[in-house]
Amino acid sequence: MNSTTSPLLQVTGLKKYFPVRSGIFSRVSGWVKAVDDITLQIKHGETLGLVGESGCGKTTVGRSILRLMEPTAGEIKFEGEDLLALKPRELRQARRRMQIIFQDPYSSLNPRMTIGSIVSEPLKIHKIAKGQELQDRVNQLFVKVGLRPEHQSRYPHEFSGGQRQRVGIARALALNPKFIVCDEAVSALDVSIQAQILNLLRDLQQEFHLSYLFITHDLNVVQYLADRIAVMYLGQLAEVASTEDLFATPKHPYTQALLSANPVPDPTAVSQRMILSGDVPSPLHPPTGCRFHPRCPQVMDVCKTAAPPLIQIGPPEEGHQVWCHLYT
Amino acid sequence: MSLDPEAMAPPETPWQEFLRIFRKDYQALFGFWVLMLLLVSALAGKALTEWWVVFDPEVVRLTDKFLPPFSVPSPDSLPTDRPFGGIYLMGTDELGRDVFARMFQGSFVSLSIGFVAVGISLGIGILLGGLSGFYGHVKLWCITVDTLIMRFTDAMMCFPTFFLILTAVALLPPSIYTIMMIIGLFSWMGTARFVRAEFLSIREQDYVTAAKALGIPEGRIIFRHMVPNALAPVFVSATIGVASAILTESGLSFLGFGVPPPDATWGNILSDGKGFIFDAPWLFFIPGMAIFMVVLAFNLVGEGLREALNPKLRSR
Repeated sequence: MNSTTSPLLQVTGLKKYFPVRSGIFSRVSGWVKAVDDITLQIKHGETLGLVGESGCGKTTVGRSILRLMEPTAGEIKFEGEDLLALKPRELRQARRRMQIIFQDPYSSLNPRMTIGSIVSEPLKIHKIAKGQELQDRVNQLFVKVGLRPEHQSRYPHEFSGGQRQRVGIARALALNPKFIVCDEAVSALDVSIQAQILNLLRDLQQEFHLSYLFITHDLNVVQYLADRIAVMYLGQLAEVASTEDLFATPKHPYTQALLSANPVPDPTAVSQRMILSGDVPSPLHPPTGCRFHPRCPQVMDVCKTAAPPLIQIGPPEEGHQVWCHLYT
Repeated sequence: MSLDPEAMAPPETPWQEFLRIFRKDYQALFGFWVLMLLLVSALAGKALTEWWVVFDPEVVRLTDKFLPPFSVPSPDSLPTDRPFGGIYLMGTDELGRDVFARMFQGSFVSLSIGFVAVGISLGIGILLGGLSGFYGHVKLWCITVDTLIMRFTDAMMCFPTFFLILTAVALLPPSIYTIMMIIGLFSWMGTARFVRAEFLSIREQDYVTAAKALGIPEGRIIFRHMVPNALAPVFVSATIGVASAILTESGLSFLGFGVPPPDATWGNILSDGKGFIFDAPWLFFIPGMAIFMVVLAFNLVGEGLREALNPKLRSR
């Protein structure tokens, strides 16, 4: 495996703008820049955590990578293949290698299909298995994710949230993908179930050598699961670093604020909360210069006019990147 | 993780759940049994008045005019013309025809008009609504498919349906098939709107996104994942649609634009009877009551279905 030379997934300059229409003729009056120039890469077998607050474009990044939304601009290379250049037929084939797990286990399963047929459908469609072989494969998947194979003829509404999420995971695993986008995959579950699902995801990663893009707003979850973390603010990246580096030496003021807001399971710890003033600005009219400048506690004059450059912290092979004028 | 079967909700398919709720709804059950009775009488009516003529609705007996219900034929009537059982269950009309036999024949006509008309309107409604909801964003020149279809639907809705149907019926050769077609062609708008609304909301559900992410072809996503989830409210409105189709047909027949004689329908029995309200009230009362019961029954069943199929009203 040439994991050092070429990444599994290379996203370059990804942009996704949504048109805002108004008036009787539905003219485009503006653009919501949900994702504005994101560049990131994911190596084989790696978990990249993507964190940020609600509405910062995390989900849009995940769905654009899978081409569930058409990106406005940018390049997505998956195993060296340009996903945006694929024709519909080729794209359907490519989808076997990348999957998604959703946040809400209640709306992600078709209420009118049994969980067995939910998991077996992709296998049938892609003609991977049929007959007894199909049945064996589905049974195997059920066991892998911790469900009982004899429950296959039941409907999703008969299961709890955690069990449904396992069905969702089994469905994502059915096509033997290399890469899975976990879109807030544990956010809707309660804490004890979260831990079970996280452990399951970690075990499956080791067993099938999966790569995850783990989208979440919960820092404890990414700390547990991710190898590297990318912090997003208002459609752009603020900081990318390995999990240890990010938690030990956060560089971007936004990351620092985010980490200080994270509850620590230690009652004696003295928390030094960094309270940000104001709200997240509208992505329809993002601030000029650095998008974080209206709320930044260390704001400088240059931040208001010039977009911050990419700064490498430490040796490049550590890959600690920050977009901030403080370090120029 | 405990995955005991005992710890889980009892296995109940959506169908069983639906039955459990529907059974508790006495109004809907009443409607359901009335409809079953109607179905049986419609099939029996077709068989016994046309194939094995036990009740002949077309025999004219001038000696037995205007006999009230439960009367026996007069002694001077021809023995071959006597009704089955030797009694006029629902009396006779101004030509001495057996009203029971005519009602019996009419029940099949009314019901088949209701079902065929609703079938046509469902077909058009689901097709147009589905196209509009799923491919609505596709542009044709300068307007979207959604705009095109929905504005056409709005335009169709602007016309008072009954008068539109009346005009069309007056211009076309009168026959039972024309009536079915026309009622169907002019009543799909509600269904189209329903289906479009359902499709718009279902298209954004995660399970549809998941199907897309799995590389499932679009046709299969539509028919396997979306249509079954969109059909519940459509089914409800179809039930009520049958009632209104029957009512429309009766109205047309009453005005003389309906199914042409000698085919008996409830509407034209009613229409024939309107001249003799005081002399022979049963000619008016019997078909009127029948139409009332059937329309009520369809509406009650429709309401019952709505309650039983709506997941928000279910106890989870």
